[in-house]
Amino acid sequence: MKVLVPVKRVVDYNIRVRVKADGSAVDLADLRMSLNPFDEIALEAALRLKEGGLAGEVLAVSCGPAACQETLRTALAMGADRALLVETDVELQPLAVARVLHAVCAREAPGLVLCGKQAIDDDAGQTGQMLAALLGWPQATCVSELQLVEGRIRATREIDGGQEILETRLPAVVTADLRLNEPRYTSLPNIIKARKKPLDSTCPAALGVAVAPRLQILGVSEPARRRAGVKVQDVAELLEKLRQEAGVLQ
Amino acid sequence: MAVGREVMAYDVVVVGAGPAGLAAAIRLRQLNGALSVCVLEKGVEVGAHLLSGACFDPRALDELLPDWQARGAPLHTPVRDDGLLLLDARRAYRLPLPPRLRNRGCHLISLGQLCRWLAREAEALGVDVFPGFAAARVLYDADGAVKGVATGDMGVGRDGKPKANYQPGLELHGRQTLFAEGCRGSLTREVFERFDLGRDAQPQTYALGLKEVWEVDPALHEPGRVVHGIGWPLPADTYGGSFLYHLDHRQVAVGLIVGLDYRNPWLSPFDEFQRLKTHPVLRDLFAGGRRIAYGARTLVEGGLQSLPRLTFPGGLLAGDCAGFLDVSRLKGCHTAMKSGMLAAEAVCAHLEAAVAGKEVLTYPERLRASWLWQELHRARNIRPGFRRGLWSGLALAALDTLLFRGRAPWTLGHRADHLALEDLSRHAPIAYPRPDGVLTFDRLASLQLAHVHHEADQPCHLQLRDESVPLTVNLARYGAPETRYCPAGVYEILPEADAPRLRINAANCLHCKACDIKDPTQNIRWTVPEGGDGPRYGAM
Amino acid sequence: MTLLVLADHDGQRLDPASRSVLSAARQIGGDIHLLVAGSGVEAVAREGAACAGVSQVLWADAPHLRDREAANLAAQVLALAPAYTHILAPASSCGRDCMPRVAAQLDVEQISGIVAVHGPDTFTRPIYAGNVLATVQSRDPVKVITVRCPAFPPVGEGGAAPVEAIPAVPDLGLSRVLERRLDDSGRPDLGRARVVVSGGRGLGSRENFQALLQPLAQRLGAALGATRAAVDAGYAPNDWQVGQTGRIVAPELYLAIGLSGAIQHLAGMSDARVIVAINKDPEAPIFQVADYGLVADLNQALPELLAALG
Ligand SMILES: Cc1cc2nc3c(=O)[nH]c(=O)nc-3n(C[C@H](O)[C@H](O)[C@H](O)COP(=O)(O)OP(=O)(O)OC[C@H]3O[C@@H](n4cnc5c(N)ncnc54)[C@H](O)[C@@H]3O)c2cc1C
Ligand code: SF4
Repeated sequence: MKVLVPVKRVVDYNIRVRVKADGSAVDLADLRMSLNPFDEIALEAALRLKEGGLAGEVLAVSCGPAACQETLRTALAMGADRALLVETDVELQPLAVARVLHAVCAREAPGLVLCGKQAIDDDAGQTGQMLAALLGWPQATCVSELQLVEGRIRATREIDGGQEILETRLPAVVTADLRLNEPRYTSLPNIIKARKKPLDSTCPAALGVAVAPRLQILGVSEPARRRAGVKVQDVAELLEKLRQEAGVLQ
Repeated sequence: MAVGREVMAYDVVVVGAGPAGLAAAIRLRQLNGALSVCVLEKGVEVGAHLLSGACFDPRALDELLPDWQARGAPLHTPVRDDGLLLLDARRAYRLPLPPRLRNRGCHLISLGQLCRWLAREAEALGVDVFPGFAAARVLYDADGAVKGVATGDMGVGRDGKPKANYQPGLELHGRQTLFAEGCRGSLTREVFERFDLGRDAQPQTYALGLKEVWEVDPALHEPGRVVHGIGWPLPADTYGGSFLYHLDHRQVAVGLIVGLDYRNPWLSPFDEFQRLKTHPVLRDLFAGGRRIAYGARTLVEGGLQSLPRLTFPGGLLAGDCAGFLDVSRLKGCHTAMKSGMLAAEAVCAHLEAAVAGKEVLTYPERLRASWLWQELHRARNIRPGFRRGLWSGLALAALDTLLFRGRAPWTLGHRADHLALEDLSRHAPIAYPRPDGVLTFDRLASLQLAHVHHEADQPCHLQLRDESVPLTVNLARYGAPETRYCPAGVYEILPEADAPRLRINAANCLHCKACDIKDPTQNIRWTVPEGGDGPRYGAM
Repeated sequence: MTLLVLADHDGQRLDPASRSVLSAARQIGGDIHLLVAGSGVEAVAREGAACAGVSQVLWADAPHLRDREAANLAAQVLALAPAYTHILAPASSCGRDCMPRVAAQLDVEQISGIVAVHGPDTFTRPIYAGNVLATVQSRDPVKVITVRCPAFPPVGEGGAAPVEAIPAVPDLGLSRVLERRLDDSGRPDLGRARVVVSGGRGLGSRENFQALLQPLAQRLGAALGATRAAVDAGYAPNDWQVGQTGRIVAPELYLAIGLSGAIQHLAGMSDARVIVAINKDPEAPIFQVADYGLVADLNQALPELLAALG
C-alpha cells in the first residue's frame, strides 16, 4: 500500500510572528521556515507503517513555491521514498490544496493519506477532511494512536473532553495529532542520501486544478493587549465586583 | 557510547557557519574543487545564531567573491553619514571622528542575511553545509592530533538516558579541522587548553553586545546613517559603547557593548542597554516605533596581543574564536572572513603538497604578510588603554590613533575578565528603573523576540564544575552576578524558605557565552545543547 | 438570508457551545434554523427550539447519526444545504471534523474558528496560534463557518420555534465509533473549564498548593492550573502547566494566585474573560493584565475568600 503524506512549509513553530506595519499581512521576511510539525508527525507515522511492513512506498507531496523543495528534502531525509512538488506562487487556501491533492491521488492511487491535523500558520484544520470528502473516503482526524487491522484502520481520536476509537475502511484519510508519535531526527548520512532521491515537480494547471483564492484577507492585526483593571481593597470587595460587575459568580 | 558510531570523512571539516567558516569553505573549493569540505552549524539554520552590528567593511568579500554585487549579496545600505557622540545623562556632544571610525565604503548589513547568502554560494561550489548539527566533541588520533569532531547525540533525556527518538551523533573526520565557532567557542576552548594555545599571548578579553532591531517612523529614518556613542549609560570605569545603524526597510539596529572586565557586580548590561534607549537624543526615534528583534552575543576585544597560537596538529583557528576582531573599528566580520580565507589557502597548500606533519605552519606566516595583520597591529593599543577608565582610555586611543596611527612604540597588556569582579560590599547597588513596556522591557519579554527554543528534556548544557560554588562564592561574595550579566535571565536565585538555590533556565539561553567568560571562578562551562536549539535570529 | 446552525450535543442536552454559535448567527442576521442530528434526540431538539433567535428546528433521528460520525453528519447537512446562505457549527471536535467535508462538497472554502462577525461575508479569525487576527471576506455563494465559542456570549431562552422531523440520510457505512472515553474526574478539563484557579511559586510549597487551592477550586467547580515555576519547583504536576509551553486556556474567570505573571504564563491565559490576581507584591506584572487585583498575603486572603463564598 502506498502512503501519501502532504507536507506544508510553514514558519518555524518557535517563532512568534508579527504583522507588517501596514497591517496587510504577516511579516515572514528572514524567518526560518520548516516542515509543519503535525505533518512531520504524520510522516513519522507513515514511516513506521512502512518499517512495520504495513505500507509500501511513502510519497511526500508539497504545494507551494519553489522553496518547498527544501521542505520536501527534509521529508526525504526523514525517510520518504519520493517527493512531488506542485509548484505555484499563488497563495493557496485549504480547498485549493485539497483539490490539488485530489488530483495527485487520482494519479498516484495511494491506499492511505496521512496528514497533519492542521498547519500552524493558518490554523484552518480542514485540508484532510476536504480531501476525504472529495475522494469520498472515510476520515479519522486528530489521531493519537493508529493501527492497521485486517485492511481497516483503528484510530484513537482526541476529542473534546476525551477520546474515541474509530474504525474506518481503507482507503482513508488520517490526520495526526500531537500525541501520535515523536518524530525522528534526521541524520547527516540520510540528508546526503536524500539528495539522490527523486523529487518531481508539476503545477496545478498540469493537474487541471484552478487554485485562485476564494477568501480575501482584508487585513491582519495583533490582538489587543490587556490593560490593567482595578485594585480592590479586600476579599469582600473582590467578591462583590465579581458578582455585580463582571457577572462571573452567582 | 563512542564505539560503533558512523563516520563521515572529509578533507576539511569546518566548525561554525559564520563569516570565518563560510569564507574558508568557499576559498577551499575555489582553490581546489577536488577537496571535500563540510561546515557544521549548531543553529537550526545558517544565521540563526549570528548577531552582529553590522557595519561591514567589504574588503575581504571583494577578494573572495569580487562579483558579489551581481550575485545578489545582501549589501543594500551603504554608509552615508557617520557620527560619534559622547553622551551624558541629558546631552550628547559630537566628537571628532577618529580616522579608524570612519565608515565610508562600508555597508550596514545583517550578518545573518550575509551568511545565509554565503552558505548558498558555498553549497553551489560543492560544500556540504549542515545546519542543525552541533559539534560536541573534538576527536583525536593515536598521536594526539585532532582528527575531526563528533556531532552531539540527539534525543537524550535530562537524566542522561536515551529517549525513544535517540539518535547517536556521528564522527566527522577531516585531514584538517578548522574551528570557526566565533567568540568563545566551546570546542575551541577545549583545544586551547589541550594544546596550551594561549601560552605566548596575553589573556583574551571580551565584551558582551546586546542588540535590538526597531522599526521606526519613516520620517526619522535615515538609511545609511551610523551613530556611535560612548559614555552614558555606562559608568566611566566601564569600557563600552553604543551603536545605532539605520538599515533599510525602516529598520534601525541599536546596541550596547559592555566590556566584561567590569568590576562592579551590581552592573547589569541588559538594564544598561534598556536605559540607553531612554536618552533624550535617542528616545524619540524609538517612542514612535516598535521593537522587532532582540539578542546578545559576546565579542573578542583582545586584539593582537591576545592572539593565540593559531595551529596545532590536525587543526586551526579562524575568526573570533581566535580573536581576529579589530576593536578600534568595532569590526570583526571582514577580519573573520580574511582569517578564514588565509587559513583555507594555507590548508589547501598543505594538503596539496602533502607536507609532512599535521600542523599547517604556513598559516601564521601568510597572516603576517596580509593586510589583516597590519590592521590589527594598528589597533592593538585601543582596548587595554580603557582598563583605567573611559577618560584615560579615550586619551590613549586618541593619542594612539590620531598621533601614531596605531604605530605607537608601546603595546599594552590585558588581564582575564573573570578576575575583574570585586566584592559586592565594595560597591553600591545600582537601581535600574522598571521597564515601561514602550522603550524598555524586561528580559523575558525580550526573549520572545529572539525566538529561543531548547528541547526541555535534555541534559543541562550549562555545566557547573562544583554545584556549591554558585552559593558559597557567587552569591556570598558577588551577589550572584550571573543573574545580572546573563542577557536571557537563565540564572535565577530561588529564595526558598530553608536555603536559597540556583536555578538554571537553560531553555532561555541565547548562546552568548558571557557566563563561560565572566563567572568569577570559571565554574560555569557552556557546552552545546542539541543541534538546532537556541535562538532563531532572523536578520541579526 | 437563511442560516443553518448544526447543533452540538451529547445525546441528552444541547451543548452550551451551540448557544454561542446561535449568538454569532444572530450577529450575521437572517432567519436561523437549527439542525439537531442524532439518535433519540428529541429532547435536544426541544431544548433548541426554546433558544432565543431560533425560528425553526430540524430534527434528524437515526441510529447511524448517534455518534455524529463526520461523513454521515456532513451528508445530513449537505442534504439541506441548498436552502441556506450560511452554515455554521461550533469549532468543537465535531464541528471541525464534519464541516470541512460540507465545504469541500459545496466547493467553497470554510472560514474556520471565527471570533468576530463584521457582516454577512466578513469575519475575524485567529491564525498563528492566536498571535495574529485575520479579517477575511468570503466570495463563495455559501459561507461555511466554524465558531470559536468563548468569543460569543451564549443566547438565552425565549424562543418557541417549531420542531420539524426530517428524514435522515442513509448510512454511508464508511466508519464507525467503537468506543468513547470521556474524562470524568469530576473536575473539568483545564482546556475547557469555565473557571481556572492557578497558582505560582508564591504558594511556597506543594502542601500549600493542595491545602489552599484545592478547596477553592472545588467550591468554584474550577480546574486547577499552575505556572511553570510552580511545576518546576514540584508544587504541581506537569499537566497543570498553563502557558506558552503548557496549556492555553480561555475561561470565563481566571484566578491567578501567588504568581508573578511572567510573559510565558500570560501567553497561556490572557484570553480569559475576567482575570483576578492575588499577590502580595503590588509591582507584580500580573496586575498589569488583571481586571481585579488584590494585594494581599494569600495565606490570609484565600481562607477568607473560601469562607465568604460559603
Ligand atoms: C553586538 C555586536 C556588534 C558587532 N558589530 C560589528 C560591526 O558593526 N561590524 C563588524 O564587522 N563586526 C561586528 N561585530 C563582530 C562580528 O560580528 C564578529 O567578529 C564576527 O561575527 C565573527 O565571525 P566568526 O565567523 O568568527 O564567528 P560567528 O559570527 O560568531 O559565527 C560562528 C558560528 O559558529 C557556530 N558555532 C559555534 N560553535 C559551534 C559548534 N560547536 N558546532 C557547530 N556550530 C558552532 C555559531 O552558531 C555561529 O553560527 C559585532 C559583534 C557584536 C556581538
Ligand atoms: S546562559 Fe550564558 S550563554 Fe546563555 S544567555 Fe546566559 S550568559 Fe549567555
